[in-house]
Amino acid sequence: MAAGFVELDKVALRYGGGPEGTIALRNTSLSVQQGEFVAVVGPSGCGKSTLMKVITGLWPASAGSVSVDGQKVTKPLSIVGMAFQNPSLLPWRSTLSNIMLPLEIAQPHASKLRRENAEYLAKARKMLELVGLQAFEAKYPWQLSGGMQQRASLCRALIHDPSLLMLDEPFGALDMFTREELWLALQELWLASKPTVILVTHDLREAVFLADRVLVMSDRPGRIIANHAVDLPRPRTLEMTFEPKAIGLIQELRDQISVARKTSH
Amino acid sequence: MDATSQDDVFLEPDQIAVRRARNRKFLRAASPYIVIIGSFLLWELGVWLLRIESFVLPAPSQIFVAGWEWRGPILEAAWQTFLTTFIGFLLAIVVGVIAGTAIGASPVLYDAFYPALIGFNSVPKVAVVPILVIWFGIGSVPAIITAFLISFFPILVNVATGIATVEPELRDVLRALGAKQHQILTKVGLPRSMPYFFASLKIAISVAFIGSIVAETVAADAGIGHFMLVASSRFQVPLAFAALVVTGVMGILMYAIAVMIERRMTGWAMRGTDTGIIAGG
Repeated sequence: MAAGFVELDKVALRYGGGPEGTIALRNTSLSVQQGEFVAVVGPSGCGKSTLMKVITGLWPASAGSVSVDGQKVTKPLSIVGMAFQNPSLLPWRSTLSNIMLPLEIAQPHASKLRRENAEYLAKARKMLELVGLQAFEAKYPWQLSGGMQQRASLCRALIHDPSLLMLDEPFGALDMFTREELWLALQELWLASKPTVILVTHDLREAVFLADRVLVMSDRPGRIIANHAVDLPRPRTLEMTFEPKAIGLIQELRDQISVARKTSH
Repeated sequence: MDATSQDDVFLEPDQIAVRRARNRKFLRAASPYIVIIGSFLLWELGVWLLRIESFVLPAPSQIFVAGWEWRGPILEAAWQTFLTTFIGFLLAIVVGVIAGTAIGASPVLYDAFYPALIGFNSVPKVAVVPILVIWFGIGSVPAIITAFLISFFPILVNVATGIATVEPELRDVLRALGAKQHQILTKVGLPRSMPYFFASLKIAISVAFIGSIVAETVAADAGIGHFMLVASSRFQVPLAFAALVVTGVMGILMYAIAVMIERRMTGWAMRGTDTGIIAGG
């Protein structure tokens, strides 16, 4: 297998020093190909979010090596789109202005934004249309429902064409139906530009619906204990997650996670 | 029964409800004036019934007469106090915003300066006035400095809080885009600290006003505080009260202006309510 777009080799991460320090990751290795959609599942508190921070360089690894796009990660990457459970939109900006925010910061867009404003605006509007928010571009975040805010948050994560998209339980706070709608929206966004995606989630159906590959993490200190390819055609439909193939995979994932929990408790 | 009478049956309670709601709204809007005028009337009545001498507690009517008679000097003194307060307040905004931004943006500065600032804020500013007199002499300078010293702290703390409490996720989103510290500050930190800042202006303008009046009663040769001191030392008690009423009115006016600016600048934080609760973002 060729060296992946994202490579982690025996990464460890420990918070704080001395004997009280918590080890969040130990011996974690993984490889994600360019344009691949990978989901990471595992028992709660297993260090999934820590994994995100380490890959993006927001936290330096205590041991092992992290590389993205052939470069060793030593400081925060500057090309990543991120979305979290909390949409964290800026309440003083309209929806459109919120999703334009990365363009004001990330290069090379920031230096071109003034000159090519019309093109960028058109692009932002097109993204809003893709997730069904075209009528809400002038609305403020508090005028949107939770699901709409999360759609806007996804647009913001993707507006600058990041080569890597990190999603940390982005739909965790939404109800089931809204969540399913957003899976479809995310799939469409992903198919439109095919960035490399790493999705951390608790929802196994979500992982199976969205990802090309599902990784299972052990309980803390976390490492990858299983790797499943999801063999479903694209674009996927919600009905596919109820077919025997998907259900079998979900059950298998469930068993592995409950075993991972038992071994440490 | 025909249609019209049926309509009447349905309309009438509706109209009554509308009228009731309108009355209630009017009563609420009028209630502050009712309270103020009512308490003045009670005061007037009490003074006449209990035959209280005017050098002990003058009746509101006497106060208004005295105030009207001396309106020129009172307005002059009030204007002087307003200027002192305003200059001190402006200085407080400049220092409060700059220092608050620095302390809010840097955890190191925050840890280093916060305890000292708390200590400084606990010193009653009245106690500082005599020292200011030694340094600057009698005049408006001690009053301006007192107004400044007393009012920069709430501004500083609020701006620092707004900036220091940027959501960690949002910070990560921006850092992962390659944002520099100053970009996080200008794109997120400062805008989100604005509701805190404008809320603090209400407090700051009130305490600045108190500060300058306190300093004026100790160490000034002009201003409403000085005016009150002179009036009471001459036993012109109604006049001293008149000056007191003027300070009350000035206090309300300054507060109202601060509220107006706040509403205009940070409507997004109010979210359509009248309560003025600061939103966490």
